[in-house]
Amino acid sequence: MSHDHSIDPKNMPKDPSKATTEGKHKFMGLWIFLGGETVLFACLFGTYLALKNSNASGPTTQDLYGLGLVFLMTILLLTSSLTSVYAIYHMKNNDFKKMQLWMGITALLGIGFLACEIYEFAHYIHDYGFTFRSSAFGSAFYALVGFHGGHVVFGLSWIITLMVRNAKRGLDLYNAPKFNTFALYWHFIDVVWVFIFTVVYLMGMVS
Amino acid sequence: MGMTSAQKRGFGATLWDWLTTVDHKKIGILYLAGGGFFFLLGGLEAVIIRIQLISPENNFISAGLYNEMITMHGTTMIFLAAMPILLGLMNFIMPLQIGARDVAFPFLNSLGFWLFLFGGVLLNLSWFTGAPDAGWTNYAPLSIQSPGHGVDFYIMGLQLSGAGTLMGGINFIVTIVLMRAPGMTYMRMPLFTWTTFVASILILFAFPALTVGLFLMMFDRMFGSAFFDAALGGNAVIWQHLFWIFGHPEVYILILPVFGVFSEVFPTFAKKRLFGYTAMVFATFLIAFLGFMVWAHHMFTVGLGPVANSIFAVATMAIAVPTGIKIFNWLFTLWGGSIKINSAMLWSLAFIPSFTIGGMTGVMLASAVADYQYHDSYFVIGHFHYVIVGGTVFGILAGLHYWWPKMFGKYLHEGLGQISFWTFFVGFHLTFFIQHFLGLMGMPRRYWVFLENQGLDTGNLISSIGAFFMSFGVIVFLINIIYTTIKGKKAPRDAWGSGRTLEWTISSPPVHYNYKQLPLVRGLDPLWIEKMEGNKKMTPAEPVDEIHMPNGSILPLIMTIGFTIASYGFIYQTGNKYWLIAVYAGMAIALISMLTRSLKDDHGHHISKEELERVGD
Repeated sequence: MSHDHSIDPKNMPKDPSKATTEGKHKFMGLWIFLGGETVLFACLFGTYLALKNSNASGPTTQDLYGLGLVFLMTILLLTSSLTSVYAIYHMKNNDFKKMQLWMGITALLGIGFLACEIYEFAHYIHDYGFTFRSSAFGSAFYALVGFHGGHVVFGLSWIITLMVRNAKRGLDLYNAPKFNTFALYWHFIDVVWVFIFTVVYLMGMVS
Repeated sequence: MGMTSAQKRGFGATLWDWLTTVDHKKIGILYLAGGGFFFLLGGLEAVIIRIQLISPENNFISAGLYNEMITMHGTTMIFLAAMPILLGLMNFIMPLQIGARDVAFPFLNSLGFWLFLFGGVLLNLSWFTGAPDAGWTNYAPLSIQSPGHGVDFYIMGLQLSGAGTLMGGINFIVTIVLMRAPGMTYMRMPLFTWTTFVASILILFAFPALTVGLFLMMFDRMFGSAFFDAALGGNAVIWQHLFWIFGHPEVYILILPVFGVFSEVFPTFAKKRLFGYTAMVFATFLIAFLGFMVWAHHMFTVGLGPVANSIFAVATMAIAVPTGIKIFNWLFTLWGGSIKINSAMLWSLAFIPSFTIGGMTGVMLASAVADYQYHDSYFVIGHFHYVIVGGTVFGILAGLHYWWPKMFGKYLHEGLGQISFWTFFVGFHLTFFIQHFLGLMGMPRRYWVFLENQGLDTGNLISSIGAFFMSFGVIVFLINIIYTTIKGKKAPRDAWGSGRTLEWTISSPPVHYNYKQLPLVRGLDPLWIEKMEGNKKMTPAEPVDEIHMPNGSILPLIMTIGFTIASYGFIYQTGNKYWLIAVYAGMAIALISMLTRSLKDDHGHHISKEELERVGD
């Protein structure tokens, strides 16, 4: 049994993130966790759908939503998912520098998305007086979109911590699973956003 | 590590060991101890309820305190007693049954335990300032209107312990999928492992609904949102949906693991393999699947309409089919077996008729039309105590008697075990059988007093007397534990002589790495197979080699303390914004612990070959 977690470039495992027992456990554990997260967001979606027309004579979905900003946010987040795939591709080729570069781009895109979301919320609050407390619709909107935003914040803290922590020592079999599970989590956040884009914004524009 | 565990240690070192342990067996014992403590607390609350109802218009406790008592009794028994005790059994036994040395995420396992414990302690600290009083279901808008901080304690306490349970569920799923010993295919897994697996899947998909419900309730009560506020367009029924989307699978989380216990106890003491193993596995899955399809049967009288009510009624009745399959399989396992009766077996045998009565009243309640009559009456109380006490509690006691020698190396005293069984069993039926009729006669649940000469006096008196019998049984069981710890008879590996599964192949109690060599599993009931072939031991699947084990850590406890401080802050910041300091400080403690965990490498440690040869298994 090896105590050493360093990667031998001549004898590269096919997937360094799943070369150790811990790596395999983490990979599966995160998938299972995402199953629970799916129910969490499903409940928030259900609550939103039940309350989206309960605007208590405040602004409605059609008054508020503008597709321009949401389109930009969608592009940012979808692209960040793609760049994280590039990062994992380079991880499998044991190219740590390129992995860090693409993870960095992923984080920047995530920060861009978050900035847009903060702008969006501020816009609703200042220009429409649409807050978490103004109506059941407001509560449900900020809860659903805010939970997603909170997940983005957590993901960003996670990847930035990982990148800083491992910047000097490079890739090994101990930290490869950590990068990989982050990427998986990030894809999930992206998928949730696709549903938010559709159910909240697109459906909100037509009904 | 292995060496120190064999030596005598001081109190401080022992305490530190338990606070930092990531050993699934120790965490299992911690769960049993924590759950046992809350079981006594919940039992005390039950006795107080029954004393209040012993006679008409009684004045033993005030109406407000009575509301707190029923709320805390239900919440404590479900979340802090029954489930943790089951998690304790799962934690201790399941890895042994699949031939693993630990669980997939030992650190997470420890964190899950501490979150449960501190969540429970937080909830019960509310007794000093006013406990939650909106019922264990905490329905809005009653819970939104409830003054004081009682309901806030309910929200934060359950949020903490619920997060812990979710971690436990994820951990068990990954453990069972990835850590089975060589040859332990899915269809060779013991039924207790199967039910642990399925119950963990239920935890995974049910608990997030409670998480969301509690968050919405927290936002409404603490931050002025309007989810359940009709004046701003909110809808109180959303709470009911979220609560029962969690709550109904929850009752299967409580019952499936004990189905697994009975499926171990019957074959062992009937000396026959489990009848219909495959059907048992599929029935477990079917019950779990249907368990997610029936939540609205708790809401028949809300007014969802005849179509919804009919669908949920039919789905509910369908659950009787897989459950019936199980009951018959247990009976056929006993049929023609060479049966040995002891405490574990008595609890299991008593379960069959008791639980079947509960199942029968369950089908009665599933009929939406008839439910309008039963709803919120003592009939419902009778029903769910028959399934939860007659099922879960009997199963827990069967499991404790069955695995006690494995967990602690000593047999529980048989005579004391039988005294506690008979008093509890008689008391249980005295208490709850009559409640069905009280309900049919019109006695509503959750009422503080009832009027005299309504035909309810005698029934309530009988019910209360039954509660005293049950208390007596529990006290005798406690004496049994103390007696056993001091003077109990030592147990060998195969404590019952007719063990069939892997946990009986290792020492009682097991060494901390469980298996010196992982066993080779050659079929269902692996130990039985070896015994039938005249082998004294399992065939090892690997040579003796050094073993990799995880390191203990204090971080889960510190993390939990952080979250608990933050929860306190959340509860009290509604009145005084200075409490936000507690929120930030608590969150900082928790986040710094998480960061430490992330930044500091933890590769675990190795037990050397020489040490394994010396200590043995």
